[in-house]
Amino acid sequence: MTITINGKNKTTQDTSTVATLLASLQLAPETVVIELNTKIILPDTYQSTTLSEGDQVEIIRFVGGG
Amino acid sequence: MIRVNEKSIHYQEGTSINDLVNKFKPAADIFIVNGFPASTDTPVHDGDRCVLIKKGSIPTPDEMDSLLLARHTPGVHTKIKNSVVAILGLGGLGSAVAGAMAKIGVGKLLLSDYDVVEPSNLNRQHYFVDQIGMQKTRALQDNLLRMNPSIHLELIDTVLEESILSHFFSDVDVLIECFDSPAMKAATLRSVLREMEHVSYVGSSGMAGYGSNNSIRTTMISPGIYIVGDEKSEARPGMGLMAPRVGIAAHHMANQALRILLGVEQSRQ
Repeated sequence: MTITINGKNKTTQDTSTVATLLASLQLAPETVVIELNTKIILPDTYQSTTLSEGDQVEIIRFVGGG
Repeated sequence: MIRVNEKSIHYQEGTSINDLVNKFKPAADIFIVNGFPASTDTPVHDGDRCVLIKKGSIPTPDEMDSLLLARHTPGVHTKIKNSVVAILGLGGLGSAVAGAMAKIGVGKLLLSDYDVVEPSNLNRQHYFVDQIGMQKTRALQDNLLRMNPSIHLELIDTVLEESILSHFFSDVDVLIECFDSPAMKAATLRSVLREMEHVSYVGSSGMAGYGSNNSIRTTMISPGIYIVGDEKSEARPGMGLMAPRVGIAAHHMANQALRILLGVEQSRQ
């Protein structure tokens, strides 16, 4: 299926969850903020939130230092 | 009427700065009229704001206020003075952001950090050697009040986590995220987006090392939500945080907060 990540189309497996998407992008789950179809998703639901065709995912990633 | 050091005075035709100095502050040697430096023979007009200062003497809080008012113009000063800004994390970013906010006269600052000043902080953080071991909130309070005694400070020493952020910061105008930990950075933005609908946000990601100045940028995520940094220079062994580049990011953040407060950048509401 095809989803949109930060405005760009990406093909993923039909069984993708937010957690598997982050793993495939090599992003540590605790360092990102995820918006799925304009709604903020909480980290404890990343495993259980499945993605569907056409979903709009916004990923804001933070690196350490301050 | 004219204002002399923020006191209303009846205006007399033909008055010069020299007349005001003789009458109100004979020792003064710095003169500001309507925000601009003036000389003793500068004529004064009805409605002018005049500030007379003695160089080298410690101004009272009222005089400090007059100085800022004159320098920033009344409209700008009033907006800044009526603002509340929270700074989360008082390290290289937070201590520099706090200095900028104090110097421009932000009315109230909430300063949050659970840690103490350590020797390893001093390569970039705005503390002094004799403050090692002090709680950062207290040390920064001391330093900021030496910069501007007119500001109000609220110190928060609690170890913060996502679930309690909104309890402390829901009522501020701008929240400036200066944490070191990427997990706390993400948690803060999530909390602002979900639970603090009126709070504008300036966060940070990527300012370690000594990379290009101009790769530090300010990006709008959505109205009232901004992130500063190059988005990739992570603090790690071999790429430490250093005063110059952390300072660039800190002052991007401070200026963005100021722009939000003055209404030239979009705020949340």
